[in-house]
Amino acid sequence: MDLELTERQRAFRAGARSWLAAHVPAAPLPSLETAGGFTAHRAWERTLAAGRWSAVTWPEEYGGRGASLVEWLLFEEEYYAAGAPGRVSQNGISLLAPTLFAHGTAAQRARILPPMARGEVIWAQAWSEPESGSDLASLRSTARRTAGGWLLSGQKTWSSRAAFADRAFGLFRGHREEGAPPHRGLTYLMFPLRAPGVTVRPIGRLDGKPAFAELFLDEVFVPDEDVIGEPGQGWRVAMSTAGDERGLTLRSPGRFTASARRLVALWRERAGNSGPGGACGAGDRGASAADGLRDRVADAVIGARAYELFAYARASRPEAGSAAGAATGAESSLNKVFWSELDIALHETALDLLGPVGELADDATDAAGGGGWADGYTFALAGPIYAGTNEIQRDLIAERLLGLPRERR
Amino acid sequence: MEFLLDRAQGEFGRTVDRMLGGAHTAQVVRAWARGDHGPGRTLWERLGGIGVTALAVPETHEGVGPLPVELAVASVESGRHAVPGPLAETAAVAVLLAALAGGDAAQVDPAARHWLPRIASGRTLVTLAAADGGPYALDADAADAVFTVEGAGGEELWLAPGHGRVQPSIDPARRLARPLPGGELLARGPAVAEAAGRAADWAAFVTAAQSLGTGLALLERTVAYVKGRRQFGRAVGSFQAVKHRLADVLIGLEFARPLLYGAAVALASAGPGARAEVAAAKVAAGEAGYAAARAALQLHGAIGYTDESDLSLWIRRAGALRSAWGTPSVCRARVLAG
Repeated sequence: MDLELTERQRAFRAGARSWLAAHVPAAPLPSLETAGGFTAHRAWERTLAAGRWSAVTWPEEYGGRGASLVEWLLFEEEYYAAGAPGRVSQNGISLLAPTLFAHGTAAQRARILPPMARGEVIWAQAWSEPESGSDLASLRSTARRTAGGWLLSGQKTWSSRAAFADRAFGLFRGHREEGAPPHRGLTYLMFPLRAPGVTVRPIGRLDGKPAFAELFLDEVFVPDEDVIGEPGQGWRVAMSTAGDERGLTLRSPGRFTASARRLVALWRERAGNSGPGGACGAGDRGASAADGLRDRVADAVIGARAYELFAYARASRPEAGSAAGAATGAESSLNKVFWSELDIALHETALDLLGPVGELADDATDAAGGGGWADGYTFALAGPIYAGTNEIQRDLIAERLLGLPRERR
Repeated sequence: MEFLLDRAQGEFGRTVDRMLGGAHTAQVVRAWARGDHGPGRTLWERLGGIGVTALAVPETHEGVGPLPVELAVASVESGRHAVPGPLAETAAVAVLLAALAGGDAAQVDPAARHWLPRIASGRTLVTLAAADGGPYALDADAADAVFTVEGAGGEELWLAPGHGRVQPSIDPARRLARPLPGGELLARGPAVAEAAGRAADWAAFVTAAQSLGTGLALLERTVAYVKGRRQFGRAVGSFQAVKHRLADVLIGLEFARPLLYGAAVALASAGPGARAEVAAAKVAAGEAGYAAARAALQLHGAIGYTDESDLSLWIRRAGALRSAWGTPSVCRARVLAG
């Protein structure tokens, strides 16, 4: 057992670091959840792709580097440490692409992946419906057979990126036999967002950004080549994508280790803690409020390190050949709950350290310069909700990993 | 990078588990709590027989160590089976004596030559009191030797002449006593303080592993209990409130585990970051084991609050281990001290 990087891994990390140092924009880009920011982030995706850093785990033929999961973790660590922009292509790269590698055809991969890597086609996820969130099998949007393809109708909602994205992927109900379970007869389809029959209505988020949207589909034509897997087998295909979403690939540890480092810096600066804090080994001294904050800072550091090492352990498994392969299964529910709660705790602690200015939005003129803590906080609040709520994840953990009986529903 | 137990390490864990599984440890630990050390000493000899007590003792002194990864594996199993005795202190004494042997202090060499092979064999029990672990030596009444780190700055290593009255712990199987002053001075100087610091890290590390094992046992027993216990016409384990609490216990334990092995890797390389890595593991494993105890007690109801249920052995252990060799707060400060 070791944590030593191989020569190849060290070289990979050094390559990522020097490329990022030369290319990461000096000033932060505007939020990718705004029209202008979306355009700027699309350009950043093109830059990344030109350096072959936009999808490092993909095979080289699609613009990747064939990187291992450990290398991907190293890349992500460098990426966040360099303060590089958020990834507007994330839905496509971390959710749709693994699905295509697992269930798509060679023709689909060749057609869809390279433009995805270059940010030319940006993907939105269209799974939730107004009556169908955690209970995804209950969705009602339909795919009706027509010559050479399918006609999609219905309504999708809470589609991240859909306000500005080009295409989306989701599940649609086809023919369902009388008495068949509800997850039968679902088909996994990709569809255009800027085509006749599609209405996109942006929905303002808690953070005020018009980032996600509801989609109204009225007989939208999709050719056969845009079905992933067999028609009627969409549930099985989607479940492997859901595992990816909750697994390591959606939220790499690099993001949290970088935030934890910034939190420690903020704590030292705010609390005047140039050193260890003085309380190490303190015997009879009572706890103070400063100790309470110090403990929360330490817990954030410990949590980020735990998640990092958990990821390295996962990546070291023999079956972890690819990013997708290491992320599936009920174990990904452990990740999901852990990082989503870590993210909130980390940002809450930062806001408390900031004191009264912690309340200010990042674009307030009096805000603590460049911290990004307020935006990070509101973003973190969504963590326990998306990618399957944490309540559902805890049910999965209890039933599949602990073997507890299902609740009567 | 290969951050996984290898085949031999996994097999070693299963060997320890099998041995302890057949050793009636609940009876052993109850006897130990009464001050009847016979069955516990026998168990230690058997642990010595499969190499557990030799893991922190260097090969030059008839040990097999230092092997922190294997020590973590064995200590997790000892926690799972609630093995009584000064496991953390044994590792600490081994590290301390080995670090000082060959140094300037003439008394240490003979002491190391005398004690280390005996510790490795499992036939001799030793314990340690040092500032990082508080004023008490664990199981001094059962030990053949009580070592103490004393003096200004912790620069003196003594072999104590005995110990005071046993002070009851919240875990009756942890028998705490102050070493008597005086005895034999084995070494003095800054090297003692440095070696004692490293020894304390090993003690905290073993304690963390025991906490993780204790938590795993509590979770395992509680899952079995809530599957069988029925209320309102169904297994209580089907209730979401119960499931979610146990899911959180599992998350805590599963994320403490990589920190424990991260600490093992750091101890193996003895780099400057080892202290913080151990402290992180101690916080995470101590809190996870303690959360498991709280959940186990709650979900067993009044049965969990009885002494006669064996569950009590693990519940009380989890509480005591949480503060042994570094309270959560002290360890958090160490994490930030880096």
